[in-house]
Amino acid sequence: MKKWTKIVLLLLVVTLVLSAVAFGAKYKKNPPWVIGFSQIGSESEWRTADTISIKDALSEDPNMSLVYADAQQKQENQIKALRSFIARKVDVIVFTALVETGYGPVLQEAQKAKIPVIMVDRDVAKEDQQYRLTIMGSNFLEEGRKAANWLADYLKKQGIDDGKKPVNIAELQGTVGSAPAIDRKKGFEEIMKGHPNWKITHSQTGNFTRAEGKPVMEAFLKADKDIQVLFAHNDDMALGAIQAIKEAGLKPGKDIIVVSMDGVKGIFEAIIAGEANCTVECNPLLGPQAVQAIYDYMEGKKLPAKIDTIEGIFDQTTAKEAFPTRQY
Amino acid sequence: MTKISLWKRFAGSKIIIPLVTLALLLLYNLIFTKNFFVVEIRDGHLYGNLIDILKGAAPIMLISIGLTLVIATKGIDISVGSVVAISAATVAFMIGGDLIMKNGVQVPYTKVPLYIAISMAIGVAIMAGIWNGMLVSRVGMQPIIATLILMVAGRGIAMMITKAQIITVYYEPFSFIGNGYWWGLPFSFFIVLFVLMATLLLVRKTAIGMFIESVGINPTATRFSGINAKNIIFWCYVFTSFCAGIAGVIYCSNVKSADGNNAGLLMELDAILAVVLGGTSLNGGKFYLIGSIIGALIIRTLTTSIWALGVPPELAQVVKAIVIFIVCIIQSEKFRLLVIGMFGRKEMAA
Repeated sequence: MKKWTKIVLLLLVVTLVLSAVAFGAKYKKNPPWVIGFSQIGSESEWRTADTISIKDALSEDPNMSLVYADAQQKQENQIKALRSFIARKVDVIVFTALVETGYGPVLQEAQKAKIPVIMVDRDVAKEDQQYRLTIMGSNFLEEGRKAANWLADYLKKQGIDDGKKPVNIAELQGTVGSAPAIDRKKGFEEIMKGHPNWKITHSQTGNFTRAEGKPVMEAFLKADKDIQVLFAHNDDMALGAIQAIKEAGLKPGKDIIVVSMDGVKGIFEAIIAGEANCTVECNPLLGPQAVQAIYDYMEGKKLPAKIDTIEGIFDQTTAKEAFPTRQY
Repeated sequence: MTKISLWKRFAGSKIIIPLVTLALLLLYNLIFTKNFFVVEIRDGHLYGNLIDILKGAAPIMLISIGLTLVIATKGIDISVGSVVAISAATVAFMIGGDLIMKNGVQVPYTKVPLYIAISMAIGVAIMAGIWNGMLVSRVGMQPIIATLILMVAGRGIAMMITKAQIITVYYEPFSFIGNGYWWGLPFSFFIVLFVLMATLLLVRKTAIGMFIESVGINPTATRFSGINAKNIIFWCYVFTSFCAGIAGVIYCSNVKSADGNNAGLLMELDAILAVVLGGTSLNGGKFYLIGSIIGALIIRTLTTSIWALGVPPELAQVVKAIVIFIVCIIQSEKFRLLVIGMFGRKEMAA
């Protein structure tokens, strides 16, 4: 009897020690980890879906506790939030850059404090990229190319583009200086080089919002009616512009082809209604991927410098089918 | 001699400078912007850049009416942008963001009747105004600090109402307020006209206007002459928030959505600028309601011109800043005296 209890006790102790060792070896730091997440604000439905996905994934994970900071579209708020994360010694910083430049010093401080920085969605400028661990999110350049390629196909199919007749494009840019605005424009223009008859006749920022997309499009339409295509850097601006096109007595989706990006609910409704033509998805549900990246880091795995998300294109032929499964 | 005095009177008049500025802006567009002045009839209403300016300036015009009175009392209200956001959020929340389709046709749906939704939104705005007014007139806080509280907290309240989502309003009748037309002109412009007329009647045909000015010039003397300065100040803030509330409803209706983060963002600065461009001094005292309306039109015309001209977005803000700077420097009393002095000397020499 006594002997048996001793053996059981011994076994228990051994398993305990083993598991402790296993745990200790498994992660660089013992959980729970404090994760500081700095979001830029909530300028669109897309951003909201992105925020919810990351917040939920981080706060529901038993090994993580989340500290959240909303920058409300101001870089100074964001830098302050990052500094406070560093001061309270969080284990990992997850962050989306409002604009590309200006984060160098604060990222260096994080590096000095040995806090890994995982960027989500929007990257910092090239010279500052050495200070972050990895970036996960969409390839904006590729999105711009995808949109232009889709447009080329569509125009050919509809017989609008014969390679000679000018195709006038109005462009609604995102926030000036932001990574998606810069890269989506660059990607689109890359493909445009192969179509010498395409021309961007109007280009102005709509700050990624509906409230600015609409009046800017109104002004475009008054300046000249010869616009065949609207290329908007996000869906919300396109949704505002669609209203402006309708008020001008034109048919969005027919008289003016509407191509935008992100894939929010509103644009799906518009595509199904025939008022928009195509959206290049930019997947905001990055939460699970962010959690995975944190685990990989804690397990000592080497993370790639860029983690791409999987994304599709939706137009009037595919939107209806895909719509019920959309989460944002 | 008479020539100089005429020039002096011309330069001294407050309303003339904003008017000339607006005229110059329009003249510039007449020459350089293609189709800027084309106004045509489309779908039974007027359609063109000028109409867009009227429509787009409506929220700022409304706010600047209220703000003119506050500034005349030597106060300031920097919470108006947030009140716009709260009001927009409230009206969108009350109507609800549901799209109901029946056999592929949209069914108009609203949670509460439209007039209740709108009254609620304006009611909430008035409450915000009461809060501001209490802090300034009763608690005795400095206006910029008192309204700063709501400027920061208000956006939070708006986001709480919308749950930080963008609420899209599909209820068609609601969109008339910001997009509809009466006799070919934007309906929102008539709202502005109505509020402007009512305010003008109130301040120019009764003694209220004089009371407001006297509070701005010397509150102590005003109090000793038997005027309840505190009440005057209080009601000015309530009225400003009321105007911001209407502006919020128009703003929300125009884009058929409420965005707690961006609705009315930085609008307080545009509105203050409109008042200043209109000739009302931030030092309080004399105020010019029509001037403020013209100030708002200047700002909107400038913005629309930049879009129509195709100024690169990276430069747009700089161009705006330069124009505003020039107008402000012309507004400056000292600068004008300097110029007038130079003119005067020249004439003497001749």
